[in-house]
Amino acid sequence: MPQIVLLVGTRKGCFVLESDADRKDWNVRGPFCDGWPVYNAVHDPASGALYAAAASEWHGAGVWHSNDLGETWTLSSEGLTHSDPTLRLSKITGLTAAHGRVLAGTEAAGIFESTNGAATWSLLSTLDGQPGRDDWNDPAKQPPGHLGLAAILPHPDEPARFWAVIQGYGIFETIDDGASWAPRNRGLRADWPLEDPEVGYCVHKLVMSPVDRNRLYQQNHVGMHRSDDAGRSWTEITEGLPTEFGFAAAAHPHDRESFYVIPLDPGHGRCMPGGRASVWRTSDAGSTWRRLDRGLPERDAHLGVLREGMAVDSLDVPGLYFGTSTGQVFASNDEGESWSEIAGYLPAISSVDVAVLG
Amino acid sequence: MADLHLPSTLPPLFPDLPRRLDVDATSVREAIDRLDERWPGLRDRLCEPGPVLRPHINVYVDRERAGLETPLEPRSRVDVLAAISGG
Repeated sequence: MPQIVLLVGTRKGCFVLESDADRKDWNVRGPFCDGWPVYNAVHDPASGALYAAAASEWHGAGVWHSNDLGETWTLSSEGLTHSDPTLRLSKITGLTAAHGRVLAGTEAAGIFESTNGAATWSLLSTLDGQPGRDDWNDPAKQPPGHLGLAAILPHPDEPARFWAVIQGYGIFETIDDGASWAPRNRGLRADWPLEDPEVGYCVHKLVMSPVDRNRLYQQNHVGMHRSDDAGRSWTEITEGLPTEFGFAAAAHPHDRESFYVIPLDPGHGRCMPGGRASVWRTSDAGSTWRRLDRGLPERDAHLGVLREGMAVDSLDVPGLYFGTSTGQVFASNDEGESWSEIAGYLPAISSVDVAVLG
Repeated sequence: MADLHLPSTLPPLFPDLPRRLDVDATSVREAIDRLDERWPGLRDRLCEPGPVLRPHINVYVDRERAGLETPLEPRSRVDVLAAISGG
């Protein structure tokens, strides 16, 4: 029987939640990573390793890794330094493991790679020459939170091809392992003036359908969008959602038309609208949306979920998981139709990843 | 030998690193170099590229605020502090 492992990154370390395929009873282990603030923690399906991007106010940024499902952890930041002395690496944000290596997106914006399980790192690219590059590392032009290169989406079949998200600027694609790049933001809406229509979009979460390499979805600052050509063009699919704003998003593992988001109030609060906890699903690629809230708190639930805060497993009937900025983890074992709280008192949650083992 | 005192946040990161140890060094920078030789990566936890001390790492030599170039006497006491921050 498969084991389900949730990896939860929080402001006070990393936690591991475990269950069987029923996904009803959960055991919580942690905190790990010595209580360091963890921005993003991921599982590498190929090696079984866990990686956690963390940044200590005292001791700087690094990546913790565990090869025994969290029993022991090691921290390293060797090589996680910009070669350009004008760029200071303040945090590691976009973390992904694919094709036998780990990629880390950083602020100031850059991509570092590790081919030895996060023991050492080397700089792969800072997207030099791309539109916006001269501005996005300028502290005066940084958005609040300044995540830098916030996310990396690998192509499942082509190791040298991946997409990078620069906060406040948009998506860039490389097909030659970072040697060259192209902006992939055509069709996105911006509610602010743009000097260059190629860039200037605040992409919060970019995901790919596991069953269609050309089908991408994104939640950005002002709406939901879908691409049917691997990001070369985008179509807005916000209509039917309660707000256009949100952070987290997840693609259904078996159905290219299905996709989940968690709309939030777009102002300072950035909580679920009306204090009513809900996940929203489209089953027709964004033509219509449906509220999923059975088992979630119906009132006085002012929950926020950050961009790495939702995950979906790969079982035949997929499980869905999200973690909140107030420390709750909610899980569904039936594609989001019903939910239960599986942890209630964790520190503020930054990320949730899920692994199916065995 | 300088009498070096480290913050409690460091030993969990490096096997067998004590809170207090004697270091043969003539400056704060050299003391950190000696630590990094024995516990690789320790310099990165105290210094940013440059190197310069990290913003919330404070060093005192014989109770006086110090920098990387501050000289050490054979019996200097060096306190490395993680400044009060966070919540």
